[in-house]
Amino acid sequence: MHGFLTLFYKENLRFWKVGFQTVAAPILTAMLYLLIFSHVLKGRVQVYEGVDYSSFLIPGLAMMSLLQNAFANTSSSIAQSKITGNIVFVLLTPLSNIEFFAAYVLASCVRGLLVCLGVLCATSLFVDLPLQQPIWVFVFALLGAGLLGTLGMIAGIWAEKFDQIAAFQNFIIIPLTFLSGVFYSIHSLPEFWQQISKLNPFFYMIDGFRYGFFGVSDVSPYYSAVIVGCALLALSFAALLMITRGYKLRA
Amino acid sequence: MLPAIEVRGASKAYGSLQALSSIDLEVGQGEFFGLLGPNGAGKTTLISLISGLAKADTGVIRVMGHDVAVDYRHARRCLGVVPQELVFDPFFSVRETLRLQSGYYGLRRNDDWIDEILHHLDLSSKADANMRALSGGMKRRVLVAQALVHKPPVMILDEPTAGVDVELRQGLWHFIRKLNDDGHTIVLTTHYLEEAESLCTRIGMLKQGQMVVLDTTQSLLKRFSGINLRMRLVGEALPDALRPMLAASSTDEECVLSLRDYAQMEDVLAQLRESGCDIASMELSQPDLEEVFVSIMRRD
Repeated sequence: MHGFLTLFYKENLRFWKVGFQTVAAPILTAMLYLLIFSHVLKGRVQVYEGVDYSSFLIPGLAMMSLLQNAFANTSSSIAQSKITGNIVFVLLTPLSNIEFFAAYVLASCVRGLLVCLGVLCATSLFVDLPLQQPIWVFVFALLGAGLLGTLGMIAGIWAEKFDQIAAFQNFIIIPLTFLSGVFYSIHSLPEFWQQISKLNPFFYMIDGFRYGFFGVSDVSPYYSAVIVGCALLALSFAALLMITRGYKLRA
Repeated sequence: MLPAIEVRGASKAYGSLQALSSIDLEVGQGEFFGLLGPNGAGKTTLISLISGLAKADTGVIRVMGHDVAVDYRHARRCLGVVPQELVFDPFFSVRETLRLQSGYYGLRRNDDWIDEILHHLDLSSKADANMRALSGGMKRRVLVAQALVHKPPVMILDEPTAGVDVELRQGLWHFIRKLNDDGHTIVLTTHYLEEAESLCTRIGMLKQGQMVVLDTTQSLLKRFSGINLRMRLVGEALPDALRPMLAASSTDEECVLSLRDYAQMEDVLAQLRESGCDIASMELSQPDLEEVFVSIMRRD
């Protein structure tokens, strides 16, 4: 257990030591999104009855930041350790496969949740945000961070070069987050694109998370929780299989 | 007594390259064992299999009786490995690095031992320096310290003195010899064969993934029990009659003749005189491990 706690602590220390880049910068980016989009679209778009567009936008931005940073934490840590070779210091130790997996993923959850909290706190200075069902906010924040932390682990193990991580991030993570309803409700889309959006697991994370704030969502939060939970289980199984088999870790 | 390391029929292939072929090896507890071989012979692959950094295709490997595949947690607890590459985590200081490494092995409050290692490796003044700020030699010493934090009974050092200056190399060997005296089993790979000769009690030589020699250092040296006559000639070339005596370590500039005993010297000098060869320099020596190594590696 102490081995797991040490790796978990080390992963937290690792991102905290460069906190400006890993925590402060994403919060600033989210603030800029809020500033620009709410300036351009405020008063022109009414997504939910009685919900101001700026308020609608904040949970989406917070969740988007959480997802991207949870992914970045595991993927960059593992890829960097593999490429520079210092991952041997972990691989030589008696840490079990599950401890290895859990320590990296939980540390990515910490970073994701920290950024998310930072975005919510910073934006609450400017916009009133209701909090109708905090339990759903917490559930979807945790599920989302776990899911993207696990996906980041898979990407980090798979990647052999930094540009493969960048490609994963730019061609998969960012399009899926941008097209998941961060800036709009999928009900504003034509029927065909609504159905396409429902194939995107990121949509359920953001929609369920938003439900916690407004008590309104595009689909039931229970349904979203089941979808996201199943995706988390499937990816966790895949990541553990990679670690157990030593795929690209123990050649 | 259980062997410290036991390898039975271990093989490993990377695609079409057979890196190791059915290796059998046993290293006893408390031994100082040298694993030698040219670049690409499979030394690092064998170390990777023993330490769990790679998985063997066939065979069984045990460290202090623990199977490295089935009982990997116990096996890794018994093993400290100093990797060949100069790797480090740039986010942390020396002390943080060693505390974290202790933690991975489940050790809390290990600072007394960490301080002792830092002292022996002459790193105490750098304990709070970031890893990036250290010279190559210091980083190498931190690698040794990392392998020692959990006091493993078995240590594997993969070319620990590559690129290290003479003073540091001697200090490092002094410390590692002390560890061996204290009961640690040491497995060493090195390209400095004089080091292996003076430190290792037993030697294994790998060539193209196969263990071609496995014997005590003394027995290996005895196999080549003659005398070497090392000469630089000017004028005529070495007479044909002496060519069968040329040792494998001869070069274009310097010929080395293997003599049975000192009495053979007189015949050799007589033949050189008759052929009109002038001797620019001459030296007599006992064969060393390097010559044994070169001779074995040149065999088909």
